[in-house]
Amino acid sequence: MAKKEYSFYPGCSSQKGASAANYMVSVDAMCEELDVQLNEIPDWNCCAASIGYAGGGELPRLAMSARNLALSEQANPGQDVVATCAACWLATKETQERLHEDDGLMEETNQALSAAGLNVKADQNVRHMVEVLIEDFGYDELGKHVKRPLEGIKIAGYVGCQTNRPFGIDGESYENPKYLDKLVETMGAEPIESYEKKVQCCGGALAFSEQDKSHELIKGIIEAAYDGGADMIVTPCPLCQANVELYQDHINAKYNTKFKMPVVYYSTLMSVAYGKDAKQAGLNGQIIKAKQLEEIAGK
Amino acid sequence: MSNLNTEMIEKYRNNFLKEVTANVEEGEWVKMCMQCGVCSGSCPFGPHWDHPPQELFMMIRAGKREEVLTSSSMWMCTSCYNCIVRCPRGLPITHIMHGLAHYADRLGMAPKEQPTMKFAHKFWDNIVKNGRVNELKLSLGVYFMNGIAEGIKTSLKMQAVGLGMYKAKRLNPMEFFGGHTVKDKSGMQAIIEKAKEIEEAKIKKFEG
Repeated sequence: MAKKEYSFYPGCSSQKGASAANYMVSVDAMCEELDVQLNEIPDWNCCAASIGYAGGGELPRLAMSARNLALSEQANPGQDVVATCAACWLATKETQERLHEDDGLMEETNQALSAAGLNVKADQNVRHMVEVLIEDFGYDELGKHVKRPLEGIKIAGYVGCQTNRPFGIDGESYENPKYLDKLVETMGAEPIESYEKKVQCCGGALAFSEQDKSHELIKGIIEAAYDGGADMIVTPCPLCQANVELYQDHINAKYNTKFKMPVVYYSTLMSVAYGKDAKQAGLNGQIIKAKQLEEIAGK
Repeated sequence: MSNLNTEMIEKYRNNFLKEVTANVEEGEWVKMCMQCGVCSGSCPFGPHWDHPPQELFMMIRAGKREEVLTSSSMWMCTSCYNCIVRCPRGLPITHIMHGLAHYADRLGMAPKEQPTMKFAHKFWDNIVKNGRVNELKLSLGVYFMNGIAEGIKTSLKMQAVGLGMYKAKRLNPMEFFGGHTVKDKSGMQAIIEKAKEIEEAKIKKFEG
């Protein structure tokens, strides 16, 4: 297959020393194997996420994403914009759609952008990395690259919210999307088909401001993975990953549970299955170690 | 009472639905709600809302301006988009909740100590300053947003989490002294300022 190129929006949490730095490491390893070239949007800014609404309001928030789209059009014309972060993808795609639905909004946004000499057409596709994998490669092609099948590992596919709603992936249902399970299977591992909390919210940004309420949701997400017999959880979202992995000790102390469930990215699984070593797969970024993956990566 | 609030009361008299339609993000959809309650039943924070979305919509139509705008309810939205994809009438409920929260805050009506409002403001100020999130400063700011004593308590509680992240190279203490930024900060801030200006002018424009 020929090299594929995309205009890449990594987002704040994927930067060096940030909370999803390990996600980026594994995405790089995965893309190397698949011969995907990610052309970073020069000088991209934060998408304002969902929680930006209080301070930002509608137009300032949309203008931030529009700036990224405008910079992408300049530097990487004609290339689809690809994000790895759920919130980045949602905010950017939503901006792209809303600018086209509403001429007034397009005009106002361009008025704002002109303050920095920019202009946006917003005519590229805005896609999540998993869409690229499923639509531009497909499960069969992705499977051909597997060198070390993840045999014997049971994995709960935690899709979460923002890679699933409101846009969805590959036309799948919002209530029971299957793409993560299919990816898990493609990598030679065993998906937990009956995983009940697959699309449950982890509290999102409110894990900061409403800790107790969010921990209750996170507890359910981890408990259901254990109930299904999972060895680990896999997710496509940096905030889901952080929320579900980081607070397990707090939840254990509060609810008298004994959770120690590794939470990895799809790109972590794929990098290991594609024969990358533990470091390339970002496994040293796990706070709760994914020992089974380390063993396979060490072979 | 803020000046803008007084101005809006005079402008829209008792027609709160009209005010929401004109000034709240996606507010023109509120009149479309058919009161089925699917949104309320779909919300992960459902039990914590004083008035779930369906109820807020009815209250807006009933002109309960004060009760709606001073409510902490819409600040319970986790942005999970469950209500949006399930609403049989296709209302963009998540955005309306964000819009209502933002509008209440703009008018100075939102509950002063609402934790998500405080966090959301810290987040926005954080990204406007450098164009990218400074996770360390954001976290510390949140721990200390309710005072020094609680800040120290929370920081101690979060110490193990922070240390784990540091060891995994997912937290950089040097972020405290700078951290990631966009290069064209002034350009980005000029865009945001201009956008704010346009939005404020729109709200001031009488559409009653």
